[in-house]
Amino acid sequence: MKNDSVSLTIDGKPVQAPAGTTLLLAAKDNGIDIPTLCYHPELKPEGHCRLCVVEIGAAPSTRLVNSCTYPVEPGLVVQTASAKVLASRRMVLELLMAQAPAAEIIKQMAADLGVIETRFTKGDPAARCILCGQCVRTCREVAGVSAISMAFRTPKKRVATPFKEESEACIGCGSCVFICPTGTIAYTEKDGIRTVWGRKFELQPCAKCGNYIGPKAQLEHWAKLTGDPVESFYTCKDCR
Amino acid sequence: MMTSQQKLETILSRYEGVAADLIPVLQDVQDEFNYLPKDELKIVAGRLQVSLTRVYSVATFFKMFSLEPRGKHLIRVCLGTACHLRGGQHLVETVGRRLNVEPGHATEDLQFSLETVGCLGSCAQAPLMMIDAKYFGRMAVDKVPKILKPYKQ
Amino acid sequence: MPKFESMNHLEEYRGRLLSSRNPQEPQVLVCGGPGCLPVGSEEVAAAFQAELKQRGLNGKVVLKESGCQGLCAKAVKVMFRPQEIAYQQVTAEDVPEIVEETLVKGKIIDKFCYQDPDDGSVKAYKSKVPFYQGQRLIVLGKMDLIDPTSLDDYLAAGGYQALQKVFDGMSPEAVIDAVERSGLRGRGGGGFPTGRKWRLCRQAPGDIKYLICNGDEGDPGAFMDRAVMEGDPHAVLEGMIIGAYAIGAIQGYIYVRHEYPLAVKRLALAIDQARDAGLLGADLLGSGFSFDVKISKGAGAFVCGEETALIASMEGDIGEPHPRPPYPAVAGLWGKPTVINNVETWANIPAIMSHGPEWYAAIGTENSKGTKVFSLVGAVNHTGLVEVPMGTTLRQMVYDLGGGIRGGGEFKAVQTGGPSGGCIPKQFLDLPVDYDSLQSVGSIMGSGGMIVMDETSCMVDVARYFLSFLHDESCGKCTPCREGTKHLLEILTEITNGNGTEEHIPLMEELCDAMAAASLCGLGQSAVNPVLSTLKYFREEYEAHIREKKCPALVCRPLLKYTVDPETCTGCLACVRECPADAIHGEAAEPHLIDQELCVKCGMCHAVCKFDAVKVES
Repeated sequence: MKNDSVSLTIDGKPVQAPAGTTLLLAAKDNGIDIPTLCYHPELKPEGHCRLCVVEIGAAPSTRLVNSCTYPVEPGLVVQTASAKVLASRRMVLELLMAQAPAAEIIKQMAADLGVIETRFTKGDPAARCILCGQCVRTCREVAGVSAISMAFRTPKKRVATPFKEESEACIGCGSCVFICPTGTIAYTEKDGIRTVWGRKFELQPCAKCGNYIGPKAQLEHWAKLTGDPVESFYTCKDCR
Repeated sequence: MMTSQQKLETILSRYEGVAADLIPVLQDVQDEFNYLPKDELKIVAGRLQVSLTRVYSVATFFKMFSLEPRGKHLIRVCLGTACHLRGGQHLVETVGRRLNVEPGHATEDLQFSLETVGCLGSCAQAPLMMIDAKYFGRMAVDKVPKILKPYKQ
Repeated sequence: MPKFESMNHLEEYRGRLLSSRNPQEPQVLVCGGPGCLPVGSEEVAAAFQAELKQRGLNGKVVLKESGCQGLCAKAVKVMFRPQEIAYQQVTAEDVPEIVEETLVKGKIIDKFCYQDPDDGSVKAYKSKVPFYQGQRLIVLGKMDLIDPTSLDDYLAAGGYQALQKVFDGMSPEAVIDAVERSGLRGRGGGGFPTGRKWRLCRQAPGDIKYLICNGDEGDPGAFMDRAVMEGDPHAVLEGMIIGAYAIGAIQGYIYVRHEYPLAVKRLALAIDQARDAGLLGADLLGSGFSFDVKISKGAGAFVCGEETALIASMEGDIGEPHPRPPYPAVAGLWGKPTVINNVETWANIPAIMSHGPEWYAAIGTENSKGTKVFSLVGAVNHTGLVEVPMGTTLRQMVYDLGGGIRGGGEFKAVQTGGPSGGCIPKQFLDLPVDYDSLQSVGSIMGSGGMIVMDETSCMVDVARYFLSFLHDESCGKCTPCREGTKHLLEILTEITNGNGTEEHIPLMEELCDAMAAASLCGLGQSAVNPVLSTLKYFREEYEAHIREKKCPALVCRPLLKYTVDPETCTGCLACVRECPADAIHGEAAEPHLIDQELCVKCGMCHAVCKFDAVKVES
């Protein structure tokens, strides 16, 4: 047994996990899939959705923690699907069904746990956003431009561009659209123009084959990051 | 008479110019301009080297900040527990009706802004309100017109 | 004030200060605390200043504005020393008479003294007033003694002696040991053992450590910390310096909510004074230990009372809490080990170090040592700030200190712990007030708000009120709190509007279970307490609202009917003028009539009628 390996118990099974890993990943490595919504392996986990909660400790002093950030501890006893955990998960999904009635993935995940209807008053029937923050984190950590963020607090909390105007920092890359688990963020492409977050981006065609590579703004951003001339990005992957 | 630019420079010169200065800078900007003007916030973002989205998030998260121009006089009616139990709600409704303003907004002539506060910390003198830096304790609905009068010019 | 280079230097100064002061010199201390300030204390102080000057007495009588003298219901309070005569309900107009009779002639004026409601006897001296007799003033000990803007006053009262004792041969470990032995638990609400927190931080790897004083007192109904920050700011600083020495921090911060501008001002002044005196900065008192303090202002977010949210806002970000671990003691401000303690916790440290941990541990109960400051407000006669040994019963607080229910009403409940706490009914009046007992009945200690309610409070409305507050203050990061507080508020509003259903109660209970278990931070986890405690002890009120569409306490306006009693109405037109819906008809000197079709049930007529002619029923 290596020194940086931690022994703990998950669902009654003794397991070994690398020190510093989270309960979520330790469980996954041992074949236990804990449902998540705001977690993404490429993004810093922040514990928004509370779907991935697990019960830790020994009765009667157990408590629920979100497994996506909780680090493995020697001797920790973890239950990933106890009655308390399942009741909380079902409630989280029931609340999300009311918050985002049009989000199909929520309905599916809820149905998987036996929740078909929500008893809470539903919001806008077209709403899909569950405020998981993946789009915000992606824009900040992956695209690196932080063009959108969480604005306001509970009564009005929403993902927004600054002052709800066109975000100057946005490069139109569409990473937020791609990452969103519920398909909330809309973007359209027509006649060489991509529209996302209310801003129009001219798409740059490949110098060789004419297919669109991406928004000019995004290529200019890459050029600034690498120091290469922007023209060097005017050839698409296939034509290089 | 300083320009907006000069006023902002004076504020920024007091700080190191790092992210941790954001809230104090915004507080100073609001003290100076009586709200948080968009153009000034864009400059602040650049100078503190934080994203504009961060500035916008912070400006909308914390209740003290206003992105709309506030009135000359700030009326804060306390809706803390002791004040709620002693008619705080009636007090804010009365002030709002007399000045024709909703909580969280300013009067049309920008003479007053009305806000509700979670607690002003003088709970033994409930119900309580403040106009600018002055406290008015043991308030009653019928005391409102007389108290507002000197602020109306 | 010199800059003290060594402990001897400070001691010599203190000696000279004490010998230059005459303990028998007459002093007038006008209370400038949170209860007296809004009702004219500044005018009273100005009147004393003018009157003393006019009579040529301003060289002979020392006038000070003090911290909170406690009995806020009887504002404005004035203390006369050395006799400790406690006057109450003093106005500026009364001052000339008081100066003449009490200061010059030495006579007690009965009308300014506390009067026993049973036998009418007058209690002029503080030690005889029942409100003070049940208290043990440690944190509030200097409130009616010193001018909080004077470092000399603090030194003359024994201030910074604890620091000297610590520097004079106590190792940091010995300090932590002492705090552990005292049994002090965090006074902000969490009740975590203070010594243990300090030890965890000291043991955490890293050379850079921080100290934070949490002055974000956000619980509505609580003003203990405000009184301490305004009335004895040096006690907070002294506690922080000792704590910094113990854990090895060189920089401290006091996070003050921005709704407390006077507290910010007083603390800023105290910091300047301490720096000038060499009590903050480099090589304090020649000890080799350096420490400084900065003030950080909150920006209006109750959630920033939570440690990780507070830290986030100090780092220039929104106040969203973060999952723990890591705990701030190990990785806090800027990722460095950080101790965050509440104002009252810090203010206890000098006394613990001066008198010793055993002295502190001898006060209080088994698991709750020392005293606790409470804001005793609501439906009691003697609203104000009190400090009692842990273990004092609710009955003692409400009846002995609080003087019973105002207006001869009936006790209904006492709410402790702010929006995170619960309502405790009369069957628990003999409950000793300490961390464990309050938790055992479904409430919490919280920061010390103690709101007494009588039969004019509707417990469903109280629950709705707290959820409205929590919903507004919830940061919105996590699902159970963001959506949970929204739906709890919605359901409670439906119930108070007369649209409650039988399914609402079990739905709320189920939602509460999930919120308590799965919310990211204490705000969401304890948001359930106002609902669950009122459901547990006052279920019949919920049922009346749901089944009979009645509000027994006559609070929930949509369920009320307002009528004018023609016998009592004097036709004064006050209600006609105030009615926002123009629903009241009537001529001057004739009985008015409320048109029930137009009435919007705002209750304004009832609020303005001076003749009790507006009747309310449900």
